[in-house]
Amino acid sequence: MSTPRPSSSPPLRSSDEQARRDPALTGSHVDYVLGLADDALVSAQRMGWWISRAPQLEEDLALANIGLDLLGQARSLLSHAGEIEGAGRDEDDLAYWRDERDFRNVKLVERPQEDFGVAMARLLVLSTWQSELYAALQRSTDPTLAAIAAKAAKEVAYHHDHARQWVLRLGDGTEESHARMQAALDAEWPWVEELFDESHLDPALVADGVAVAPSSLREPVLRRLEDVVRAATLAVPDVPPRVPGGRAGLHTEHLGRMLAEMQHLTRSHPGATW
Amino acid sequence: MTDTHDIDAHRDTRAWHVASGVVDPELPVVTIEDLGILRDVTEDDQGRVHVQVTPTYSGCPAMETIRTDLIDALTAEGYRHVTVEFVLSPPWSTDQITARGRARLEEYGVAPPPTEEERRRAPVGLTLSVRCPQCGSPDTRESSRFGSTACKSLWVCRRCREPFDHFKVL
Repeated sequence: MSTPRPSSSPPLRSSDEQARRDPALTGSHVDYVLGLADDALVSAQRMGWWISRAPQLEEDLALANIGLDLLGQARSLLSHAGEIEGAGRDEDDLAYWRDERDFRNVKLVERPQEDFGVAMARLLVLSTWQSELYAALQRSTDPTLAAIAAKAAKEVAYHHDHARQWVLRLGDGTEESHARMQAALDAEWPWVEELFDESHLDPALVADGVAVAPSSLREPVLRRLEDVVRAATLAVPDVPPRVPGGRAGLHTEHLGRMLAEMQHLTRSHPGATW
Repeated sequence: MTDTHDIDAHRDTRAWHVASGVVDPELPVVTIEDLGILRDVTEDDQGRVHVQVTPTYSGCPAMETIRTDLIDALTAEGYRHVTVEFVLSPPWSTDQITARGRARLEEYGVAPPPTEEERRRAPVGLTLSVRCPQCGSPDTRESSRFGSTACKSLWVCRRCREPFDHFKVL
């Protein structure tokens, strides 16, 4: 009894009872939480690209903070996914030691966003969807997921406000900013529909009250997005949706490259700490 | 364990007293008790201490330091078995900052968030102005909703022209 130090990774309140049920349902539950975790993790990594590159210092701080919130949400969700899985994987194992095909994020978030208009268009889509999702997920029968959602909902409200302000300012700005904001929306819109796709979600999770049915978010999310787009004097893009598949591990060519950069240090120096 | 959640009863203990003295690493004028992020401290009959803290924001990078500082502070007081747990529910809100915490933030130059009471009394649809912690003027403007840490926004005072941090409402 000479080692009073606790383990180094933050234990979130676990819900052991969740892990003791039908293994197939547990697997679906893990995948569902991983999907939300990976959306946040991949978005955080993409947002990090903007640090030192934003158009002004205040924006640099804003994007860094938004990325940090997303990273925090991802950490809680990844830790929880690891607990439900019950195989001893912690947040770091899940973030750094899974390969591209094991990531469950939507394709919206994985593509590079090195144009400011694209970054804001995407943040508008992501934060609108996350705010509707987390509002509903606060009533999840998975108490840990409900707690993470209640926390994240308040943070995401700030992200949404930030993206909305920029889309309004750029859309209803100069001829140049209007054209570029419209182009950015046109580029992001084909990826919106995947957020509502439920072909890779176990319906039992929705029936159990663990998950929120993605299709139920479609109408409120699209309505809120279209309101902002119209207020910004922009046109709601009329473009065909891209094929979904991110939730099943089928990604664009961009995710693997992003992960190579994100995971490189851990994989080159396994177990390193500082 | 802490299932009884009679937290007030735990506030008289020596372990709570020690834990509540740990300061926020980014805002060293306030303790974790002042910020309202120290949720519970329990000590069993074997002298084992279990501390529950909640983050301000999910991604708050100060949490690991707070964990280490809690263990160091309690270990220095003779507690040999200390565990720190991060809890998320109920989510932290700026309304959990104590009156002393608010006063200390203001003295330090960080404008505290409006209280629940102040927000309730404000006319519907009006945003409360943030008072400059330097000169006290209410004539200020927000320059960025995101500041040097996740919990703060950046403001500028129109009267004394000084920039300052504001602990934003969450």
